[in-house]
Amino acid sequence: MSQTDSLPRRRANAGRHSLSGTLERVLPRLVVAPSLAVALFFVYGYMLWTFVLSLTNSGMLPQYDFVGFEQYARLFANQRWNVAATNLVVFGGLFIVICLFLGLMLAILLDQRIRQEGALRTIYLYPMALSLIVTGVVWRWILNPGLGIQSLVRGWGFEDFTFDWLVNPDMAIYALVIAAVWQASGFVMALFLAGLRSIDDSLFKAAALDGASLPKVYWRIVIPCLRPVVFSAVMILSHIAIKSFDLVMALTGGGPGYATDLPATFMYAHTFTRGQIGLGSASAIMMLCGVLAILVPYLYSELRGSKHG
Amino acid sequence: MDNVIRRRTLGARMLRAGLYALLLVMALVYLLPLVVMLLTSIKPLEEIRAGALLSLPDSLTFAAWIKAWGTACTGMRCEGLSGYFMNSMSIAIPAVAISTLVGALNGYALTKWRFRGANLCFALLLFGCFIPFQVVLMPMARTLGWLGLASSTSGLVLVHVVYGIAFTTLFFRNYYVSVPDEMISAAKLDGAGFFRVFWRILLPVSGPIITVSVIWQFTQIWNDFLFGVAFAGFDSQPVTVALNNMVNTSTGVKEYNVDMAGAMIAALPTLVVYVLAGKYFVRGLTAGSVKG
Amino acid sequence: MKKIHTLAAGAALAVAVSQAQAAEIEVLHWWTSGGEAKAANMLKEKLEAKGHTWKDFAVAGGGGDSAMTVLKSRAISGNPPAVAQIKGPLIQEWGDMGFLGNIDQIAKEENWDSFLTPQLAADDKVDGHYAAVPVNIHRINWLWANPEVLEKAGIDGLPATWDEFFADAKKIREAGFIPLAHGGQPWQDATVFEVVMMGIGGADFYRKAFVELDPEALTSDTMIESLKTFKKLRETMDPNIAGRDWNEATSMVINGEAAMQIMGDWAKGEFTAAGLTAGEDYLCEAAPMTEHMFSYNVDSFAMFKVDDGGKQQAQRDLASLILSKDFQSTFNKAKGSIPVRLDVPLEGFDKCAQESRKAFDAASEGNGLVPSLAHGMAVSASVQGAVFDVITNFFNDPGMKAETAAERLASAVRAAG
Repeated sequence: MSQTDSLPRRRANAGRHSLSGTLERVLPRLVVAPSLAVALFFVYGYMLWTFVLSLTNSGMLPQYDFVGFEQYARLFANQRWNVAATNLVVFGGLFIVICLFLGLMLAILLDQRIRQEGALRTIYLYPMALSLIVTGVVWRWILNPGLGIQSLVRGWGFEDFTFDWLVNPDMAIYALVIAAVWQASGFVMALFLAGLRSIDDSLFKAAALDGASLPKVYWRIVIPCLRPVVFSAVMILSHIAIKSFDLVMALTGGGPGYATDLPATFMYAHTFTRGQIGLGSASAIMMLCGVLAILVPYLYSELRGSKHG
Repeated sequence: MDNVIRRRTLGARMLRAGLYALLLVMALVYLLPLVVMLLTSIKPLEEIRAGALLSLPDSLTFAAWIKAWGTACTGMRCEGLSGYFMNSMSIAIPAVAISTLVGALNGYALTKWRFRGANLCFALLLFGCFIPFQVVLMPMARTLGWLGLASSTSGLVLVHVVYGIAFTTLFFRNYYVSVPDEMISAAKLDGAGFFRVFWRILLPVSGPIITVSVIWQFTQIWNDFLFGVAFAGFDSQPVTVALNNMVNTSTGVKEYNVDMAGAMIAALPTLVVYVLAGKYFVRGLTAGSVKG
Repeated sequence: MKKIHTLAAGAALAVAVSQAQAAEIEVLHWWTSGGEAKAANMLKEKLEAKGHTWKDFAVAGGGGDSAMTVLKSRAISGNPPAVAQIKGPLIQEWGDMGFLGNIDQIAKEENWDSFLTPQLAADDKVDGHYAAVPVNIHRINWLWANPEVLEKAGIDGLPATWDEFFADAKKIREAGFIPLAHGGQPWQDATVFEVVMMGIGGADFYRKAFVELDPEALTSDTMIESLKTFKKLRETMDPNIAGRDWNEATSMVINGEAAMQIMGDWAKGEFTAAGLTAGEDYLCEAAPMTEHMFSYNVDSFAMFKVDDGGKQQAQRDLASLILSKDFQSTFNKAKGSIPVRLDVPLEGFDKCAQESRKAFDAASEGNGLVPSLAHGMAVSASVQGAVFDVITNFFNDPGMKAETAAERLASAVRAAG
């Protein structure tokens, strides 16, 4: 391996000191630069502006009268925020874990040379195509005790069956997880399926030669090979979890009461509906801090010196 | 690939049957909402008020679909969803094309021309995935106002491109990472420059990941409501805004069948994309699908 | 020669002026349902008959929530629409920020003060100048009922006090029906609560608590009693209220599953759509103990500051059309509300609307006219939101005591103020 790539490197080095060589060195950076500039402005710039607003007493529209960290104090004393923050941890955690598990399981099952794999795969994947604004009402009906699953099962004769999570303040957040998993797990399955398919056959053959049983093959070989896929999946799933706004608005509107409030809906309600931009911005910053706290270590561990993301 | 050890024992056969059964049950669960939507959209309103979710319609009617397409009220215009499709297309297509191209170039530059800080750049770009759109709404309104792009289709396209770059870069970068470097170095050896390598070597093998990127971006942009409602001009609103107006009216009789029909019509392009291109979706996500 | 020149010049000027007077105005609103759209289209056509163009910008959802979000982002981007549907105190907030124009000219020309109730007109004024046009008056404190269900339960007439209500509820339950249909969304919870509270405490108490936000009133015994009664109402509802839309609850009354519903008069639309006649197939009465009170919800169109003379003329024309007797009559008949213009006769309006007008007149004189907090007429959006949070949480938390809720009300209002 090393023999072959030292040759082109030397040749490339020869060209490095020419104008075209310099251009070639600079070009990649030039290409990435606009995107970076855009990110700097539209992502980090806006985050900064939001942070600045969180230090003000803005009401309905931005106003720049600074009040220090008062909004954060109000935020932490706000009962609804505490519910929302806890909900995010519970919802996000469950959502990501269940999606990963379900996605992996479906991918492994589908990988077993199933007939009609294409049809099944489409069936698991299509929920991602539908926005929750579209499917929200349906999920509300399905999860509603009087209309949906509970009444269906009771109709089959199981009189004592209860599935009233959606209307129960303590369980409603779990009902959200169901709809969210339905939407996203197909995509995770597709990711895992692709990952499984790209594992080298030779590994399996070697394991078979060694007499390893199927579960062991999966445990020892497949799952470690899927680590990069898990990375992509977690990236995408956490972004969905944090941005879960449509899901809440469509299914529960934050209720019963505010039992299923999430930081995204809290932020929206206070910034826009209630004209409390200062408080809303503080909640947005807290949301982003939470994201950073989890993602930065994860990104660091995955990208550090690794060639394959 | 024989990661399924096929033995013709009864045990193995039963296991296989169990496998199919499990997959079938899961498929039914996944299909449930779609089935409910379909059934509701072909029932007359009285049946919906009275009946159960999964009951088959006593009287089949497609009136709801016709209404949703052509005569439902989305404000003071009562022309259904048909007019809005063009608007959504004129937003989605440029935005998807531009963000995919930019993502491809980024992914290429970050992986095949390793420069110092490439990984850092990637990480910085990646955070664009996580910024909630509600946070973006106000500053973007101000920015678009400055740029003179408020309430215009171009403004909306800009917004979608900006927030799509993070994802497309993620997809392309992860894909190109597993494209063998030898292909690139061979071309560089022949004197090919940055863009030529991209155009001649990388792009031809990028089919699958382009599909992934296009599918993902198209879905996100087509289904977007928040940016569409805030930044579109009154006469260029996307179909999601029209659907919202149809479905979420605060007062007035709720015609659930029309709502469901409308929702399905609005979702049709994305559904079609997923059904037709689903195969390429998985293929595109398969790392290392290019063997040197 | 000179004369012709002058004439020609004069003609040209006249043409130029009349052309400058016709303009395009963008109108933001959330009237997206079929019935409202039809009625409002009348307005659009009349405006266009005057040479202007109505650029329709409809955003449904949340009773105006989404529309207000869009309005804010448009204002921030520097191009707010010329006309926007804004309610109550929010008009003041926009006006205080300098966004709204001044339509006193047309108000004086058409003598609005002569046929608009001062209390209501005040909401549409900023610094004493008219900046918005009211369109309709909805009454919130209605009790709707299905007479068949009541008959089967052996009840004669609707309850006038909460004690009677609970007694009736018992009978209805025994007959196998749901006494009170309800949708468990924060605004509906708040609607029912404020109706209970205004009944128990009276108009003055309501104003003290929910308009002046007096902490003593918010933590008083009357408030605690109201909260307790409100919570007790849960026993008269079915277990699946969470997330239910208001019109699904009305359907329950129409279908004969439930006996009664507490809701504003837009509920009439549902009954009418089901082919029922007011007074015969469905009953409407003031909610218990609120006979002499009228809790109002008024929709208004606010006029934004525009530089263009033509646009200003269009705004004036629109305002004039909205308050024209013709439009007031047609639109309100379709919407279920009563005209905000007091001198419009209620010919052809249904029984409940006639009742509403009578109640309005009586309440205006008797000091029983109160703005609805639940519908954004009484306080700022942030206070309203804070109250919603407390009320809906109290309603859904079986363990919370009324005393705690009252304290939370006071502190939440203070924090949000």
